[in-house]
Amino acid sequence: MDNDRIDQIIDKHQGEASSLIQVLLEIQSENHWLPKNGLERVSEKLQVPLTRILHIATFYKAFSLVPKGRHEVHICVGTACHVRGATRILDTVEEATGIKPGETDLDLKFSLETVNCLGCCALGPVVEVDGKVHGKMSPIKTAEVLKIYE
Amino acid sequence: MARLNSPEELENFRQELLSKKDPNMPCISICAGAGCIASGADEVIEAFKAQIEKEGLTAKVDTKGTGCPGFCERGPVVVIYPEEICYLGVTADDVSEIVSQTVKEKKVVDRLLFVDPITGEKAIHESDISFYKNQKRNVLCNNIKIDSKSIDDYLAIGGYSALTKALSRMTDVEVLEEVKKSNLRGRGGAGFPAGRKWEGSRNAPEPIKYVLVNADEGDPGAFMDRALLEGNPHSILEGLILGGYAIGSHEGYFYVRQEYPLAVENINLAIKQAEEYGLLGENILGSGFDFRVFVHQGAGAFVCGESTALMTSLEGRAGEPRPKYIRSNIKGLWNKPTVLNNVETWANVPLIINKGADWFTQIGTESSKGTKIFSLVGKITNTGLVEVPMGMTLKDIIYKIGGGVPNGKKFKAVQTGGPSGGCIPEERLDLEVGFDELTKAGSMMGSGGMIVLDEDTCMVDVARYFIDFLTDESCGKCVPCREGLRQMHRILTNITEGKGKEGDIELLEELAETAVEASLCALGKSAPNPFLSTLRYFRDEYEAHIKEKRCPALSCKELISFYIDPAKCKACMICLKKCPAEAIDGGKKKIHIIDQEKCANCGTCFEVCPSKFGAVTKISGEPVPPPVPEEERMITKKSQKESK
Amino acid sequence: MSEIQLEIDGKEVKATEGMTVLAAAQSAGIFIPTLCHHEKLEPFGGCRVCIVEVEVNGWTKLVVSCVYPVEENIIVRTRSEKVDRIRKTIIELLLAHAPDSPQLQALAQEYGSDKDRFEKDASFCIHCGLCVRYCAEVAKKNAIGFVGRGINKEISFIPEIAAKECWDCKECFPLCPTSALQAAFVLTKALYSPPTDIT
Repeated sequence: MDNDRIDQIIDKHQGEASSLIQVLLEIQSENHWLPKNGLERVSEKLQVPLTRILHIATFYKAFSLVPKGRHEVHICVGTACHVRGATRILDTVEEATGIKPGETDLDLKFSLETVNCLGCCALGPVVEVDGKVHGKMSPIKTAEVLKIYE
Repeated sequence: MARLNSPEELENFRQELLSKKDPNMPCISICAGAGCIASGADEVIEAFKAQIEKEGLTAKVDTKGTGCPGFCERGPVVVIYPEEICYLGVTADDVSEIVSQTVKEKKVVDRLLFVDPITGEKAIHESDISFYKNQKRNVLCNNIKIDSKSIDDYLAIGGYSALTKALSRMTDVEVLEEVKKSNLRGRGGAGFPAGRKWEGSRNAPEPIKYVLVNADEGDPGAFMDRALLEGNPHSILEGLILGGYAIGSHEGYFYVRQEYPLAVENINLAIKQAEEYGLLGENILGSGFDFRVFVHQGAGAFVCGESTALMTSLEGRAGEPRPKYIRSNIKGLWNKPTVLNNVETWANVPLIINKGADWFTQIGTESSKGTKIFSLVGKITNTGLVEVPMGMTLKDIIYKIGGGVPNGKKFKAVQTGGPSGGCIPEERLDLEVGFDELTKAGSMMGSGGMIVLDEDTCMVDVARYFIDFLTDESCGKCVPCREGLRQMHRILTNITEGKGKEGDIELLEELAETAVEASLCALGKSAPNPFLSTLRYFRDEYEAHIKEKRCPALSCKELISFYIDPAKCKACMICLKKCPAEAIDGGKKKIHIIDQEKCANCGTCFEVCPSKFGAVTKISGEPVPPPVPEEERMITKKSQKESK
Repeated sequence: MSEIQLEIDGKEVKATEGMTVLAAAQSAGIFIPTLCHHEKLEPFGGCRVCIVEVEVNGWTKLVVSCVYPVEENIIVRTRSEKVDRIRKTIIELLLAHAPDSPQLQALAQEYGSDKDRFEKDASFCIHCGLCVRYCAEVAKKNAIGFVGRGINKEISFIPEIAAKECWDCKECFPLCPTSALQAAFVLTKALYSPPTDIT
């Protein structure tokens, strides 16, 4: 991501240090990850030490310091989903994609994360791919859903 | 749209809106909350709009996507007004039938109605459905009636009338006193009296004050705030403006978790609309009161639901909590007096101002007034959001509203309060829900999660699950939480894997005491609760795991073995073919045997064995019976007769 | 600043408004053990070792003395059965990381902590934060910071800044109770290769 775009995002938030997290969220959303030179630019423009930015980038689950895949797969492991068998859904996805939570496959196709509740608890177990929520999943349905994605 | 400059102008505008509405005009309301969208509501809404247009009825029939009415498992939910006919599980294919039968001919489409799980009766109207009948939906009732993206819809149902009442006929002190008198206690977890919190901030000498909406609903299994934020964002905004007025704050923030993108979108839109109408900004409705609202998103950290961590996050830092020795209503955001309340708490404020504290105190119990929204999920028939008066018993919520435990399974416990709460067993089901009652029973109200567990749930695994969650979400600053939970997690995992030893329970109790007494924040202090409450009511399960290496619920993977009962096996070959480890030996009419060495304990055979046979069983705590000798494995007519 | 009167371990102590219980105790020569406290740094409240009993209006509670502000007429007890038990467990939890730390060993001896009570962990950082805070608040270089959260939290040098600043500084090194800091520095130095000029 080039510096001009980063500057634009920072200016949108009036260049305030308290908007640091909002700025990073926007960069993450557009770029799918936070490259180090981007963080250095933010540090410079917002006059915030790089250590604070790195702490934030590694503290919050929304951020990634490495490139993510084209499709982000989130498996909800919240209590309601857990009780309805989320663990087996996770096993199915791990087998189908070859990766574990926190990882991205070598083709940069899928990134896998577990999330701790998407708020669709009545539809558990729930899988979210690229922001689209799929409810009442079973291992078979999950494998089918994954096949749709290129 | 011209700015509304006085309460009279707003009321006139409202009358104008109402005069344009025909109460007898049919309206098709389709829930557009995140749950129903996930079940395909988008397509249903499009299909209805297309069908109505095709039939030339656009001017005569209203079609709208609305807020979430809470019956999420049965979505997409559609309610046809004015008759209030409620259809569940609607698909795009059902649309033309609904339009021709119900909208045009006022006839009911039977197959889409709710069927009572116990009586088998069908319910036509929303208010007849057993799930809804026993609720008291003071806060949630409006969701299905409004398009969440329309401020006019909110005004048409009386929205912002509390604000006009407060700004034109009440002083700021009177608004505060009314909230105090109502005994409204925080709906986010701690249940602290809102009025007392507000008063502390009001009286603090600092001129700059903040009011915050905690919309970082992180408790897994809880989605009440999501339904309110997405479904009726203006109701919370109105509560927030009233709060600002009452304490003398001119700046408010919504802190919304980024996992709720629809909520973020709807809140941002609501704020923009309110600004356009002059309900936010300078000199609101000519009262001289200025108030601005901003939205900040969370970034994926459960701990940021804790009030001081939320404020730290708002300041643009990692969400590490601060000591609460000086309360945050005195020194909070940027060290200024800050009132932070939960979404549901704010949503109750306009009701209290409109209908009065006396009305509010008539509902509920002595110490817990008003209603509470619970998310009733897990092993329960009618899953969704339920709003009940404080004081209703757990039994009534689970059985009368929830329809009991499905699939003929036995109820075991209900987990309330999220990761800070505990489990309540069957013998305590006559408990009347309230803040203090739940705490006395070893759990807590929390934000309102109510997760039903049945006989197949291992209570030791429940404790392990929550400690696992909290270990992941701990900020890591203080030793009792970071290190204490780390060790508790290790010990509990070992117990569920059959590696538990004598002394483990005592060690866990000691770690629990350290976390409770010495942690920096409520996350650490309440983290041991799931363990302590399951130990209190289900100690036998812990002892079985440790002493006998047995899981009574037959759930812990490392402690169970799968065994095919030779008397019941009909050699249908289904499990043999589906076994991913190829661990089943057998053939047509040859009794199947699981090779325990190869078995991966995945449970597939258990699930696929036809229920009329039920031959696959789980064994725990004892050795698997030796395999049937080869010569007895062929199923003949004779052996079938013997097994009958 | 008004004067505040309180009692610590039976002794009358005079303090000023805004002081912490720890500072008041130290001014009166009363010892409270600490790990993450340093007089040049803002109170951190991370190790919880300085926990004490405070009695206010008949109610007794446990508070962390390095951040708890003094109040009129409170009664403070720096040792009690509960305080000692909790300190013992906290030290045991930390010994699982750094059993050879002299400071931890001294505390272990005083409170009867068993260094083998808990399963050992690979990292010997105990997250007192002294290095990070010193670099931010005193040296003002921000060459080292925290990354991650919970059990995955670590200290991490920023190689570019460390390469420029740390050689001539190293003022944080003596502060580290476990020598995890030195280990982190050595590792960073070994992994980081500054860009070479190609002319």
